[in-house]
Amino acid sequence: MTDIDTELRVSKIQNGTVIDHVTGGEALHVLSIIGIDGSGGETVSVGINVPSDRLGRKDIVKVEGRELSQSEVDVLSLIAPDATINIIREYEVTEKQCVERPEEVTGVLECPNPNCITNAGEPVDTRFEVLSDGVRCEYCDTIIREDLTEHIKS
Amino acid sequence: MRHDHIITAKQLSREDIEAVLDRAAEFDADPGAALDRHPGKLLALAFYEPSTRTKMSFETAIKRLGGDVIDMGPVEYSSVKKGESLADTVRVIEGYADAIALRHPMEGSATMASQFVDVPLLNAGDGAGQHPTQTLLDLYTIREQAGLDDITIGIMGDLKYGRTVHSLAHALTNFDTRQHFISPESLKLPRNVRYDLHEEGAQVREHDSLDEILPELDVLYVTRIQRERFPDENEYQKVAGQFTIDVETLESADDDLTIMHPLPRVDEIDPAIDDLDNATYFEQAHNGVPVRMAILDMLL
Ligand SMILES: [Zn+2]
Repeated sequence: MTDIDTELRVSKIQNGTVIDHVTGGEALHVLSIIGIDGSGGETVSVGINVPSDRLGRKDIVKVEGRELSQSEVDVLSLIAPDATINIIREYEVTEKQCVERPEEVTGVLECPNPNCITNAGEPVDTRFEVLSDGVRCEYCDTIIREDLTEHIKS
Repeated sequence: MRHDHIITAKQLSREDIEAVLDRAAEFDADPGAALDRHPGKLLALAFYEPSTRTKMSFETAIKRLGGDVIDMGPVEYSSVKKGESLADTVRVIEGYADAIALRHPMEGSATMASQFVDVPLLNAGDGAGQHPTQTLLDLYTIREQAGLDDITIGIMGDLKYGRTVHSLAHALTNFDTRQHFISPESLKLPRNVRYDLHEEGAQVREHDSLDEILPELDVLYVTRIQRERFPDENEYQKVAGQFTIDVETLESADDDLTIMHPLPRVDEIDPAIDDLDNATYFEQAHNGVPVRMAILDMLL
């Protein structure tokens, strides 16, 4: 089965974002990164563990009426390094972008260290340096390697 | 030194460190001669947790440079108690003083505070994070006693929460040093510090007892293990003796071993050691003044 076939399993969208080539099983984390839990009324289609020529198995997420911000794309890159992001306008792909690992991610992750100043209600965004195998708080130095998605700000 | 703030030992290069230590040595030789360096300059002491030693040495240092301090006073009596953010507090203090020394119980507080002010901000200890001015006075002491290159140093005690240890270990990677870390399993170096040491290619080994490594050491840096860090008293008693030293312990040590401690100590160094030439911790504490004079002199 080709990637084209799998695209058809989830309906086309008129305007919005298609996040393709997400690591198999990570689609729900992707939704949580972009803050979608269904309550906002967006139309969302998700394919989980669909066959892929390139990845074997992949997830695909289509969100109607929503484009991603750069900081969302940055965090996305940490859990889905192979993802491609397609911006759809009037049913056509107007932009296609591969995610790139940023040098830092700002304001998206929460620091797991309860004694970190970013958890003290001060007027600052969290800032994490991206390491080869994790991220590191630029305030308290705490390193997160596992389960990054658990630290996404709600 | 071309820094606006002193936040972490990581920002200090070998050249920076040597410049501070050289200046400190000049002040050390004649502390009274520096009164015309910074007349009228004000250092704000924003201490969110008590620290008699660090605070007094900053106060002495600025006064020795001809300046003076303003003191936020105990947190209980300040606007902090009313819920003012640290970011707001330092922005207010910035209008009063030429530099701010900040001691705060939370990690990353100095980094954050420095983003809100233009006057130099000195991290005087942020939670279990960093304590860079302590590190510079530690380095000054080590340089005087043993030199900073081709030395073997043992750092013993609470390596997990000891911010002086974290700063020192990192700063030592600028020099040709072999570092040995001695601690109970539960108080080993945190992951982020190991990560940095690894990145810097430092020569590091970890031990669960002092015995095997003591004879090799030029410097032994002892820190306090807090009893309350252990889940139960028995666990503490099992390890306690391995991380304290007395005259008997030192039998296998080199005669020239330099013993250091950031103070205050409780029972990890037997007072009988105080009379030995090896004991350097009080001198180390005194070195806080010329070193902080040097830092302030270079930032003001
Ligand atoms: Zn943090």
